[in-house]
Amino acid sequence: MSGSPGATLPPQVASLIGQVQYEETGEFPVERGYVWTTCASVENGNPLFWDDAVAEDITGGPIAPPTMLSAWFRPHHWSPGRDVQPMPLQIHFDLKEIFDLPEAVMSDNTIIFYEPVRMGDRLRTRQILQSVSEPKTTKLGTGRFWVIDVEYLNQRDELVGVESYTGFGYRREGSPS
Amino acid sequence: MNATLTFDAVHAGDELPELSYPVTATTVVLGALAARDWRPMHHDYDFAVNRNGTQDIFMNTPNQAAWFERYVTDWTGPTGRLGRMTFRMSGSVFPGDTMTLRATVESTETDRAGCGWAKLAVALTVAGDVKTTCSVRVAIPTAADDNPWTRRGDQWIP
Repeated sequence: MSGSPGATLPPQVASLIGQVQYEETGEFPVERGYVWTTCASVENGNPLFWDDAVAEDITGGPIAPPTMLSAWFRPHHWSPGRDVQPMPLQIHFDLKEIFDLPEAVMSDNTIIFYEPVRMGDRLRTRQILQSVSEPKTTKLGTGRFWVIDVEYLNQRDELVGVESYTGFGYRREGSPS
Repeated sequence: MNATLTFDAVHAGDELPELSYPVTATTVVLGALAARDWRPMHHDYDFAVNRNGTQDIFMNTPNQAAWFERYVTDWTGPTGRLGRMTFRMSGSVFPGDTMTLRATVESTETDRAGCGWAKLAVALTVAGDVKTTCSVRVAIPTAADDNPWTRRGDQWIP
C-alpha cells in the first residue's frame, strides 16, 4: 500500500491524497426507528437501545449503537427532483471511474468511536483519501487498493467517530476494458 | 447479556461465550436495509452472481459490524463501551451459512486516564473457515461505580 503518491498515480489522483472532500450533512436526524431495525437485524438486546431508564442511567439518555455511524449518511434510495443517485464513500466511486475498474469490494474497515450519537443529532461527514496502491492482482481480478477515511461530527462540532476503509477496485479476468 | 462485567474479572486468555447463527436471505437483506445500504449485491441474487461473481447475495460490512458489536456487548453488558474496531474480511457470508463468532481476550490495560480496556480478537467463521476477523478495543468499568460512558474529551482515549 502506498502512503504517498506513487510514481504511477495519475496527477489527478495524487493531488487528492490528504485533501478533505465531500463534506456533507446527513439527510435526516438520528432516529430510533433505524436503531430498533438495526438491533432487530442482529438480535441485539442491549437495554441501552430498548430501555429508556437504563439509557438515562448509563448514557444520559437514548443513544444509537456506535457501529451505526455510516447509516446516518447513506442517502435515500430516491428523493423528489433528484436525477443522480449520490454515492456514500464517493471517493471510492470516483477512483473506480478514474481507473476504469468496474467492480470493487471493501477489505478492511477500522472504526474509532468518540462522543455517543444521540437521538435527534444531525451529523456531518467529510472524506479524505489516504493512499492508493500500485496495480495488484488478486483472485478477484486486477486493480488497486485504496484507503479512505471518513470523519463524523455532530451539530456541536464534536467528533463522534472516524472510519477508515480499505477498498479494492478491480476488473475481472477476461472482462472487456 | 452480562449485567455488569468489571475489569477485575477480565484476563488475557479469557474466551468469550460462542455465538452461532443461521444466516438466511432475510438476515442479509434486513441487515443491509437497516444500514441503509441499497447496493444490489446485498439483495439481488442475479446481480451478486452475474456481476460480482459471488455465489449469492452476501452480508454487508456495516451489518457485520453490528453483529460484532452485539457479540461484544452481550459479554460486557451495557456499561461496556466500544472504543475501536478493525475488521478484515477474507470471505463473504451467504444465506445458508451458519456463522459462528468466537473471541479471546488478547490483553488488558488501564490507560493514563484510568479507563480499563480489553483488547479482543474476534473471529467470524463459517464451517471452520474464517470469513472476518475483528480486533476490538472495549472499555470496561474498573469498579461497580465506574462508567466508561461518562468519559469525554481527554478522558476518553479509544
